[in-house]
Amino acid sequence: MSLVFAGVCSHAPGITGRADLADPVARDGLYDAFDWMRAELEATRPDALVVVAAEHFANFFMNNMPAFAMGMADHYQGPIEDPGWLMIDRFTAPGNRQLSERLIQEVMQTVDIAYAEEWLFDHGIAVPLHFLTPRFDLPVVPVNINCQGPPLTPLHRAWTFGEAVRRAADAVPERIALVGTGGISHWPATPDSGKINEEWDREFLDRWCRNDRDGLLGYDDLTIYADAGQGGFEIRTFLTVSAAAGGAAGTVHFYRPIPIFAVGCTIATYALE
Amino acid sequence: MSLYYVQKYLYQLNRDPAVQGAYRSDPVAAVTSFGRDGQVATLTDEEIVALTAPDIGLLYHLGVNGQILMHFAAFHGIEWTDYLQRMRQGLRDHGPVREGVYALTTDL
Repeated sequence: MSLVFAGVCSHAPGITGRADLADPVARDGLYDAFDWMRAELEATRPDALVVVAAEHFANFFMNNMPAFAMGMADHYQGPIEDPGWLMIDRFTAPGNRQLSERLIQEVMQTVDIAYAEEWLFDHGIAVPLHFLTPRFDLPVVPVNINCQGPPLTPLHRAWTFGEAVRRAADAVPERIALVGTGGISHWPATPDSGKINEEWDREFLDRWCRNDRDGLLGYDDLTIYADAGQGGFEIRTFLTVSAAAGGAAGTVHFYRPIPIFAVGCTIATYALE
Repeated sequence: MSLYYVQKYLYQLNRDPAVQGAYRSDPVAAVTSFGRDGQVATLTDEEIVALTAPDIGLLYHLGVNGQILMHFAAFHGIEWTDYLQRMRQGLRDHGPVREGVYALTTDL
């Protein structure tokens, strides 16, 4: 069929785990934006949701770290974190092994990826699913890009991967939704947690909305690290969605730095042709 | 100094209930059986102490990736602000983060 939905959202564990510590107005604004995104997603009647996330050592480690990995199973479990800490109960999310295999085969025509027949979700996927598919009734295809263990996946390869995902989505009869998850500037899981470079974020989101390929690929990891922190490496997931959107224009529906969530919380979508 | 294997143990602990069970019943035995002398994954005494105490501040100083460390702290039920404070205290006690990309970027 085709790609029917493309968007990005934050996945910080504090969004659910530290909700009670946040400014209620800011928190509720983000939750409302997630509700809006879920309604938009459901309105496109997707058959599956491809979630491109930057995981945090739930499945992949430096003993065998893939630049890209896609899940290929009928079921996935999560979260690996303590449920009382993340405030998300243990769940089993549906997958679609057969669909995953067809998507993977097409992506592999241009990008070398790993596939995984088992996958434990951490907050990188669990938090978005908590809001976007709370009944766990939509098959998920998890995707990971190495944003954690240097040497990281090059930015331009994330773009090429996004183009491959789009081609694969267009090649299958199912209606495919695509969501990238991650942070923009942030310094998570360090004593700097809560530090957010709003100016950098807004410039990045401007490039993202204009689907400015050269602008998005103009970043490099040294300046990202200096200006946007190690959490900024996760823009790879946003770039993948940009490439998959094929030049479509984007809109930021919610952006607000929420320090207790450790990130500028973001909900944005592309208007696909 | 074997930061890679410290992180590898924590990676396995964070995701595997069986490893968590062994650690809860006897952390010293669990950690030393992973990294006992003569194995490839030999851990130093400092690393074994950091993993078993647990000493979040020392692990942060050693360079454990923050995402791995955050999950480990959650496993121990360490509250968020306490977790951040323990990392800062680790820098005061031991000095700057030795390696990795999760170093402090603001003033201590």
